[in-house]
Amino acid sequence: MDFFTFIKPKNELESTVDNSKQNNRPFVPDAMWIKCPACNTMLLATDMEENLNVCTKCGHHFKMNARERITLLTDKNSFKEFDKELESKNILDFPNYDKKLADAKLKTGEMESVVTGRALMEGIDVVLCVMNPEFIMGSMGTVTGEKITRAFEYATENNLPVVVCTVSGGARMQEGIMSLMQMAKTSGAVKRHSDAGLLYITVLTDPTTGGVTASFAMEGDIILSEPNALIAFAGPRVIEQTIRQKLPKDFQTAEFVLEKGFIDAVVKREDLKKTIVKLLSLHNYSSKEGE
Amino acid sequence: MSAYDKVLAARDAKKLMSVDYISHLFSDSFFECHGDRRFSDDKAVVGGIAMLYDMPITVIGLEKGRNTKERMERNFGSAHPEGYRKALRLMKQAEKFHRPVLCFVDTSGAFCGIGAEERGQGQAIAENLMEMMTLKTPILSILIGEGGSGGALALAVADEVWMLENSVYSVISPEGCASILWKDSSKAAEAAECLKMTAKDLFDLGVIERIVREPKADNQNMFESLKLLISRTFEKNMAVSTEELLNNRYNRYRRIGNYSEISIEENN
Ligand SMILES: [Zn+2]
Repeated sequence: MDFFTFIKPKNELESTVDNSKQNNRPFVPDAMWIKCPACNTMLLATDMEENLNVCTKCGHHFKMNARERITLLTDKNSFKEFDKELESKNILDFPNYDKKLADAKLKTGEMESVVTGRALMEGIDVVLCVMNPEFIMGSMGTVTGEKITRAFEYATENNLPVVVCTVSGGARMQEGIMSLMQMAKTSGAVKRHSDAGLLYITVLTDPTTGGVTASFAMEGDIILSEPNALIAFAGPRVIEQTIRQKLPKDFQTAEFVLEKGFIDAVVKREDLKKTIVKLLSLHNYSSKEGE
Repeated sequence: MSAYDKVLAARDAKKLMSVDYISHLFSDSFFECHGDRRFSDDKAVVGGIAMLYDMPITVIGLEKGRNTKERMERNFGSAHPEGYRKALRLMKQAEKFHRPVLCFVDTSGAFCGIGAEERGQGQAIAENLMEMMTLKTPILSILIGEGGSGGALALAVADEVWMLENSVYSVISPEGCASILWKDSSKAAEAAECLKMTAKDLFDLGVIERIVREPKADNQNMFESLKLLISRTFEKNMAVSTEELLNNRYNRYRRIGNYSEISIEENN
């Protein structure tokens, strides 16, 4: 049973992710078969992993956790993590939140829904923030906002470009108003970085929704997205319940949002690193080795 | 009053709306401006220029409407992207003429619909958050009813945020929260307690600066004291340098939120 079925309309920042897509990621032993939800082909897990978690048949992009994506985007062993030990508290004393946090930490081995740090991409120095879909659906807790804010402040101080990969079900209900305030806090840090004339590239991945969409995800100078990612403020279920009609099939996909004018390009996972490097070069950022 | 009683009071159709505050505080001096200059005029947002004693100010409010006809016209106070863009246009205008900006917030949330998504609801809110953070003129936001999530925040990035004693401000409605947590929206009252969404809760959490007594429609004295309070706040913030004003605004949000470090943060 999909618990989002119960969401009341207009609570737009709480997770609006379609839960049926949650089990897409292949947590399976070697030599297991995974069914692609897009084309129904049975895929060998090992083949899929070699193919960057992209369906070898139809190109469907499965979810990726933060570490896998950092490996995908950065030069080998170049990632230096910031604020690794920063962890959320149950500020509102919200029922069962302590357990939820503990479970998420245990499941992912991460302290929060975003990993931030400094890294090289083809030798170019960048600050990188990568959200993690496996940590309470990439929801924005206070520490998520704090880590992103610190990363932008660090980049502003050190004249570095920022790349943020988003994936989020939205705000984190258990942190109430504190979660909401992270939208303002991160936006402030993005604005200062922007006013300093520095480049910010966003990479939207499936799904990017709610409070993350309504803050730093949509604030990049250049906004990229992976193919077919759900990009929404209010998720499809919330909208269907509000307006009581079925939505068109491709509504709120990356391609739809591109057509409507809100992102710059849809980029396949295999081309992501070289596209970002190209954009960095176009903004006169260059490899340190060349200096 | 329980937290949920406050929620119900905040939603009460008979309570004062943005347009009531505008007429009680500024009477005939208010000139209403329309449209976002890009798509249309979203009537969920009412805005314009008014005199606060001898000081011109920009006033922007989320407006639910007082009767069924008005409520339909104003989409029950749930703005589309063009509403947020209209608000931003008026704020930019205020910045140009160095007028302070007064926002009244009263919405269950930004509208969730096909058109709203097609025209970039997320982008519109995000842009307001960014631009308000560095708008070079004082901003004061007052929650006068419901403060529903990002749709409320898009008019509440300010130097100070105040709440009426019976207003609420939350990341999600208590009904929505109860549905997700307990699969039972009738447990909204419990959820309202958990969410800490009353003026007192938010004051205690350090998210707002002031709790304002609920003015009564037939008591003009109460509006006069509110007016005085607003005017003093703007005078104070008009007197500081733009740099200091913006630093204070940034730090206001920068310090919100509690976190712990279990060890010294790593510096590479
Ligand atoms: Zn496939």
